[in-house]
Amino acid sequence: MEIPRHWRLKKQRYGLVGEVCPHCNHKIFPPRDVCPNCGDEAKEQFAFSGKGEVYSYTTVYEAPAGFDANAPYTVAIVKLEEGPMLTAQLTDMGEQPIQIGMSVEMVTRKMRNDGDERGVIVYGYKFRPVAQNAIAG
Amino acid sequence: MTDVIIAGIGQTPVGEHWELGIRNLATAAIRDALQNSGGLKPQALFVGNMLAPNLSNQAHLGALIAEYTGLTGIEAITLEAAGASGGAALRQGYLAVSSGMVDVALVVGVEKFTDKIGADVEEATATENDSDFESIHGMTIGAQAALLMKRYMHENNVPENGFAGFALNAHANSVANPNAAFRKAIKAEMYAKSEMVSDPLKIFDMAPHLDGAAALVLTRRELIPSDWQGQPVKIAGSAASTDTLALHDRKDMLRFDTAQISASKAMKQAGIELNQINFFEYHDIFNIYAALQLEAVGFAPRGQGWKLAEDGSIGLKGRIPCATLGGMKARGFAGGAAGVYQAVEAVTQLRGQAGANQIAGAQFGLIQSLGGAASTAVSHILQKLG
Repeated sequence: MEIPRHWRLKKQRYGLVGEVCPHCNHKIFPPRDVCPNCGDEAKEQFAFSGKGEVYSYTTVYEAPAGFDANAPYTVAIVKLEEGPMLTAQLTDMGEQPIQIGMSVEMVTRKMRNDGDERGVIVYGYKFRPVAQNAIAG
Repeated sequence: MTDVIIAGIGQTPVGEHWELGIRNLATAAIRDALQNSGGLKPQALFVGNMLAPNLSNQAHLGALIAEYTGLTGIEAITLEAAGASGGAALRQGYLAVSSGMVDVALVVGVEKFTDKIGADVEEATATENDSDFESIHGMTIGAQAALLMKRYMHENNVPENGFAGFALNAHANSVANPNAAFRKAIKAEMYAKSEMVSDPLKIFDMAPHLDGAAALVLTRRELIPSDWQGQPVKIAGSAASTDTLALHDRKDMLRFDTAQISASKAMKQAGIELNQINFFEYHDIFNIYAALQLEAVGFAPRGQGWKLAEDGSIGLKGRIPCATLGGMKARGFAGGAAGVYQAVEAVTQLRGQAGANQIAGAQFGLIQSLGGAASTAVSHILQKLG
């Protein structure tokens, strides 16, 4: 179990906390300390809304060790409404077919077991479809 | 600047070498290359390897392979740049020899995939992705390619079996290569019916991960013994470029910038234009990468790279022959050796020794080695001299 590593990333995993560049106002996720837009230092925290849309997606059947118990699962690239993209699994899909462009929102879910006997679980963000009629209401 | 010559080439067949470990594979390729060079004595060894610490619990391959090959005492180091490790090792060998600090350099690429299987191999190869923000979400290298392929097909209206031509070409070209893992032509129906790995990526859209080693002996032209009978092949251009590991961090993931930058730098160094390149050994670990490389280098406009496989342009008699001895798809993908196999095969073409697959009159070959989804690209232009 890589406890310090998962602890270090808790704000990103649980709260989708990235950065906003104080120089050019560019929104950054995952955080990277140097703004990819203007090249200046960017360490000011910014919490993303968790709303976005599917940019691309696929299903993983042959999973890496630690993920194989959950296979098959769907991995997507999600474009957040603030601009940046991220990689995450899609969840709570039910029978709904996935499409490029569909609206999704962040939820917190179990990501993997860490494989040791203490049974520690890694949690983090996944994305689920936004119910269209709920938005209309 | 003095000419750097590839004076010797060596390789093992790519396959499931249960009886051979990393050191045996590397030694076989190295001895083959040294013999092929007419007995040049290397002073430095550059090892391209991707995953030995993960797959074989073995690091420090430089010293291990130098010693095991009977070269104890020489300088030796491992270069790692994921799938571009072989290209990176070649470039380091080139820099060492062209600088004048090393007279004869040995470059070996080696990978041993088959000591592990299934989920363990997926876990190891996934280390080339962004661990904190891709791999933790269960991303595999196949999924990364599938995400690119899905988006590419969506934007460019590619039909379901639009990438078949890459696999058909590779398998047709591997028949005459005794070192290829799969020496059998395939038909379009086989591609269409092949198993889905990660939608829309089928098993024939990806190269098999297998064991193998390939080696090169580099020296300066003036150091070649006067009685050497070989056909000299020069490294006319060499360049490398890097990009983000994660696809989601790119401004435009359907453009392989590193492939464009490294290829144009290498061509500029060689002093040639695109239309002078006689063949292209691309990094077809996934067919989508081949399409994106064809576009990045300039052989096809954006979104049209897949059509060069459809219309026969990449065939042996086409406009720009690719994967001329089977590519990674049919020769097999041997990790850190992949970029060195490309060089071995390009030299075989430029020496006029490619048999049934010979590209008539080949003078310039472009080889391009990718790490991840072109997070690293290393390009070389090889030139037939005289």
